[in-house]
Amino acid sequence: MELLLDSLFNGVAIGSVLLVAALGLAIVFGLMGVINLAHGELMMLGAYTTYVTQLIFKLPILKPFYNSYIIVSIFLAFIVSGVVGILLEKTIIRKLYGSPLETLLATWGVSLILQQFVRSVPLAYGTGLVISLLIGLFLPTTFPSKIKESINFKYFKFSSWIFAALTGVLTGSLISSSVSKISRASARNVDVTAPSWMRGQVEIIGTAFPKTRLMIIVITLISVIAITLFLNQSAWGMRIRAVTQNRQMSDCLGISTEKVDIITFGIGSGLAGVAGVAVSLLGSVGPNVGGNYIVGCFMVVVLGGVGNLLGTVLASFGIGIMTDLIGAGRLLSIWPNMPLPLSNTINFFATTSMARVMIFALIVIFLQFKPTGLFPQKGRMVEN
Amino acid sequence: MRISRRILAGLATASLAVTATSCGGGGTSGSFDDTVTVGILHSLSGTMAISESTLVDTEKMAIEEINASGGVNVGGKSYKIEYIVEDGASDWPTFAEKSKKLIDQDGVPVVFGGWTSASRKAMLPVYESKDAFLYYPIQYEAQECSNNIFYTGATPNQQSEPATDFMYKRSPAAGGDFFLVGSDYVFPRTSNTITKAQVKQLGGKVVGEDYLPLGNTEVAPIISKIKKALPEGGIIINTLNGDQNVAFFKQIQDAGITPSSGYYVMNYSIAEEEISTIGPEFLEGHYGAWNYMMSIDTPASKKFAASFKKRWGADRVVADPQESAYNMVYLWKQAVEDAGTFDDNAVREALVGQKFDAPQGPVEVMPNHHLSQTVRIGEINAEGGFTILEETGVVLPQAWNQKHPSSKGFACDWTDPSKGEKYKL
Repeated sequence: MELLLDSLFNGVAIGSVLLVAALGLAIVFGLMGVINLAHGELMMLGAYTTYVTQLIFKLPILKPFYNSYIIVSIFLAFIVSGVVGILLEKTIIRKLYGSPLETLLATWGVSLILQQFVRSVPLAYGTGLVISLLIGLFLPTTFPSKIKESINFKYFKFSSWIFAALTGVLTGSLISSSVSKISRASARNVDVTAPSWMRGQVEIIGTAFPKTRLMIIVITLISVIAITLFLNQSAWGMRIRAVTQNRQMSDCLGISTEKVDIITFGIGSGLAGVAGVAVSLLGSVGPNVGGNYIVGCFMVVVLGGVGNLLGTVLASFGIGIMTDLIGAGRLLSIWPNMPLPLSNTINFFATTSMARVMIFALIVIFLQFKPTGLFPQKGRMVEN
Repeated sequence: MRISRRILAGLATASLAVTATSCGGGGTSGSFDDTVTVGILHSLSGTMAISESTLVDTEKMAIEEINASGGVNVGGKSYKIEYIVEDGASDWPTFAEKSKKLIDQDGVPVVFGGWTSASRKAMLPVYESKDAFLYYPIQYEAQECSNNIFYTGATPNQQSEPATDFMYKRSPAAGGDFFLVGSDYVFPRTSNTITKAQVKQLGGKVVGEDYLPLGNTEVAPIISKIKKALPEGGIIINTLNGDQNVAFFKQIQDAGITPSSGYYVMNYSIAEEEISTIGPEFLEGHYGAWNYMMSIDTPASKKFAASFKKRWGADRVVADPQESAYNMVYLWKQAVEDAGTFDDNAVREALVGQKFDAPQGPVEVMPNHHLSQTVRIGEINAEGGFTILEETGVVLPQAWNQKHPSSKGFACDWTDPSKGEKYKL
């Protein structure tokens, strides 16, 4: 019983990391059909946001609230990655809908740019830049419609960008003068330390579970529930699904497909940011942190069936449980008197490296028989 | 030694460093008779830049120190040392290419360079075919002995073997079972082969072994294996890559694998620099083994750390690889002065037997082109340094490990033409 519980928990823990990382991609790749190779780097931005938030919460004014910084950073990471995602959509991806190869190359280029960005720009100024992007993109949308419709709107837009730039520079220098750790560019990996209430373990039915893992499972669950509710219950969710099913018809019926694209991409990117918070609790935060997850993300989405959230969920937990079963050699403890050749084989694959090989092999074999994944669904082939 | 200690790169820092240093050490000053130009070849960009640039800093400091005390005296003339810094760019073929450039085009008498075993393996044929000389400063897996490379880092019997011995006999987990964890590449696998043979000799038991693919930070399966194999605590030997250590230590602490519950981790790739990256709060109470530790309380060690901080900034630390790099510049200077010429073959002969009062204590160049060194076992403390628990006497280097099945009974001796690279003892 204890063994089963332990194994199940481990599988779910590994799976939920995969799931939270793949969730954003499931939306961007699954619903929009955009192969976003910069997804990992959007995660990285989320992880760095956690780091910066942590440092800011160490300032004397915010010190009393330090324990809650991780909750705040989840929201901030969603916003930061979401804003960068929206910028990415507006400037690059929008022009490339329907040409997957070009999207692939362009987003890969973006991923390199983002990696170099965090290496060579001080994080304090990076924060300033994100703030100015946020203001520049959203301030014009808050203007009363009278101004929006006037012919001089472009001047208003322009001046709001100037205001945004100034605010960005100001906050950048303010942060850099108050938090010395991020006032200089550094390519060193940095570290997010979980607040004390999230460290250690809790006992449930005689088995100890690490709290950070539980936290990641909770973050994943909330993200999945929130995104399912959003897609199925809200008006925008319905529009997104409509555009996914038939873009031209939705366009004809008066849905602004342009807005739908921005929102879909923004949400997908924002979820990558949330995933960044989760992975920052497990390891160190560095420019390459996202690259470690991107292959896993695509694997989960493809295995689950492109365009199907339920498939993504099942695929991640499936892979998680398999990883634990194979990698930790669980079958041997469940059936200790296994015949020798079989137990030798299992032992051979019971290392992390070999488990990965085995799982990839199994996935490839599975996709031979079901090339469209667990739950095939016709996704939107954009501009078809 | 390690393929990539940290998955980090600093393009900006690196390009700054290149512009700042590639113009060399400046013109000949009046007090010298001549100049000699040496080559420095480490990665200043790419994954390894962060680690390797500390070696460039140390080597420059050593050269400046030598120049300040009158330079190199060869045949009655004083030479000022100048240097050309080349960027290996964390790309192994580039190391070979830049080596060719330094030897052929710049005509340097010696190259100080390399970090990863992969870069050394790439450079080795170049130095052998041109009969040039490379000084290599990193603790590594040994099983190599070239006439054209001079190794100033530790061999496994100067690091992992005394460490394993300590863990099994004298650590709080003495007599316990071993679990080996490493990144999946040559250094951890070779090192663990040696450890397994040694544990068997000692009468202990290795109950598990696992390797994490480079870049992977999912250690949950490893943790459940450790808990299954060592339910009551035990000894963990860790050869993970610098970056993966963060994930490993964060997660084992959360899973209750800590010194207070009887688990002690001995680390071969965690020096002062890495401790500050991982965070001392995760490492406190675990162990490390090195030749040099910043906390060594001798005037030579304090002077080394102080001059490095003075030259490069008060927040910098010195660690074992830097000490090895520092030693090799001085040993080269001594050998050149003894030989009375910069000629490779004469310097090589003069090098064997050179002694130097290094920051770690006395070192001596052995006939197998490795150094005899002191080994220290330290416990990691809350301040991010090592509390030194044990110090061996001077340990002779084994280029061919005597516990590894493939090299048992072999040795290397370049002073005797009949023995050479690998002869049977």
